[in-house]
Amino acid sequence: MVLVFAETQKGKLKKAAFEAVTYGYRTAQALGSECVALVIGAAEDAGQLGKYGASKVYQVEDPALEKFDSQTYTRAIAGAAKELDAKVLVLSHSTTGKSLLGRLAARLDAGSVPGVNAVPTTDGGFKVRKPVFSGKAIAEMEIKTDVKVLSLMGNAIQPEVVGDNVGVEALSVPVEAGRITVKDVERVEGTVPLPEAELVVSAGRGMKGPENWGIIEELAEVLGATTACSRPVADTGWRPHHEHVGQTGIAIRPNLYIAAGISGAIQHLAGVNNSKTIVVINKDPDAPFFKAADYGVVGDLFEVVPRLTEALKKFKAEN
Amino acid sequence: MKLLVCVSKTPDTTTKIKFTSDNSELDTNGVQYIMNPYDEWYALVRALELKEAQGGSVTILNVGPAENDTVIRKGLAIGADEAVRINADPQSSLNVAKQIAEYAKGEGFDIVFFGKETIDYNGSEVSAMVAELLDMPFISYASHMEMDGNNATIKRDIEGGVETLSVDTPFVISAAKGLAEQRIPNMRGIMMAKRKPLKVVPAATFDDPVATVSYELPPEKGQVKLIDPENMDELVRLLHEEAKVI
Ligand SMILES: Cc1cc2nc3c(=O)[nH]c(=O)nc-3n(C[C@H](O)[C@H](O)[C@H](O)COP(=O)(O)OP(=O)(O)OC[C@H]3O[C@@H](n4cnc5c(N)ncnc54)[C@H](O)[C@@H]3O)c2cc1C
Ligand SMILES: Nc1ncnc2c1ncn2[C@@H]1O[C@H](COP(=O)(O)O)[C@@H](O)[C@H]1O
Repeated sequence: MVLVFAETQKGKLKKAAFEAVTYGYRTAQALGSECVALVIGAAEDAGQLGKYGASKVYQVEDPALEKFDSQTYTRAIAGAAKELDAKVLVLSHSTTGKSLLGRLAARLDAGSVPGVNAVPTTDGGFKVRKPVFSGKAIAEMEIKTDVKVLSLMGNAIQPEVVGDNVGVEALSVPVEAGRITVKDVERVEGTVPLPEAELVVSAGRGMKGPENWGIIEELAEVLGATTACSRPVADTGWRPHHEHVGQTGIAIRPNLYIAAGISGAIQHLAGVNNSKTIVVINKDPDAPFFKAADYGVVGDLFEVVPRLTEALKKFKAEN
Repeated sequence: MKLLVCVSKTPDTTTKIKFTSDNSELDTNGVQYIMNPYDEWYALVRALELKEAQGGSVTILNVGPAENDTVIRKGLAIGADEAVRINADPQSSLNVAKQIAEYAKGEGFDIVFFGKETIDYNGSEVSAMVAELLDMPFISYASHMEMDGNNATIKRDIEGGVETLSVDTPFVISAAKGLAEQRIPNMRGIMMAKRKPLKVVPAATFDDPVATVSYELPPEKGQVKLIDPENMDELVRLLHEEAKVI
């Protein structure tokens, strides 16, 4: 059986949860087995996971699981995996999933591959693929243990409806309180967090200063995109650190990445080159970023970006 | 405080990645190796700051073959007191983690530091594995840490935000950007590093539950399509009709 840990936030399933269940369902099909989902804590919409291929949804609730602690969550998920005799565990490759994957692998003495982006192949061993070297290559890895733990890269597959809502069943597993006390969680409200964003508008040092970011924010707003930036921009405090993408920042793989005034250094590309479509706006025709781009606009961003915003407004009004 | 920093060796960020002719291994010809930036810049430096503030010792630990000693020496030059190399060349994260846990088990470290991920494998899993094997709390992606006695207040990066938490030692932590500022080793540090102990410990035998079968390069991007900067309607049309992303 394939067990998917479906992440929630504020009592609702995250987009990553639907992706993970779609992935779990396809993996179960490849193995000729069944896919079930697990939610921790309250999740009003948990039954919806049935639509994406979960034949059952289990729910574990315990006061010790109200705040995230990898130790308590691991006990709960490993407990459920044992209880249900799950052979493949699927997590999301989010900060939560990444904090759990290694723990679960160690606890279950299972082989693990973090950040997979394709459904396993099962002829001649259980093999998965994942990007390595910051997206500069793809590795095929074989897991040789009976129990396997995987985390699915965000935006790697589209959620797909294959069935109907299912009932949610309470599952009781032993949980112990952990030693971490979460005191505060601050989230940027209103926008989709970068790792989950499908559309991203990003800008770099070509912006000249933080006071010029209005045109980037406006473009992002019209598009419904999340904003990002290059590292020097975050380092000099022009933009908040959580917007920094690249090798040392966040790695993202949106459907659309628009980069304005970013040169496209290798360390920047490392975090964004898995984006499906890349648009580069730069006044220097020799900027290295053009080599990694699908669409390029050679021009002054202070003219091009507002023009693009206008064109998008027109498009949105017509469609 | 007794502090352990686990450090790994990775190809330099600017390395051009190529593979051996059967695509089963990285072609190491001409590859420059460095200490994994997260381990060096953030984990190690924060550990050194703690030691400087409250006393104690900083040990760096690497699981790897003898050729890793150059990278390990750099950690000593930056300021670690001693180094340990577990003499093994494991092929999987779980094996590395078991080697680390096996060593750390009896040593009574107050904090075990990791980098948030290695920049070659981008796994971000060895740290969590060690935490589980040592049955300790694990704080991943820490960007800020203050100690007060044996209690730490830590900020960690989460999706679209920051979480603040409190935990008592012992614990395992993985370092993200912001935890400390990179330090460049000076001449004196480099000289002193030569006299600091680098202990080589024999490895225990564990299985590798995962194996890399082969590598491939991502499909080449086609030629970039250049759009007239005066005609953004055309770009919008292409994004809608051709790329189908809006
Ligand atoms: C170990 C390491 C890790 C790193 N990690 C990261 C990382 O995670 N993320 C990251 O981004 N960087 C990272 N860097 C830094 C990286 O090497 C580059 O220095 C950085 O990405 C450059 O940022 P930039 O493109 O904004 O600035 P610049 O390189 O200064 O480029 C600015 C660009 O704007 C263009 N421009 C200027 N004015 C205009 C205008 N009016 N209209 C249009 N275009 C204009 C210029 O032609 C130029 O191409 C790392 C470096 C190292 C060594
Ligand atoms: N061979 C190794 N020896 C010591 N520490 C390691 C080794 N490999 C990984 N680590 C540590 O584990 C962290 C995460 O590695 P990874 O799970 O491969 O991304 C690194 O940043 C290091 O701190």
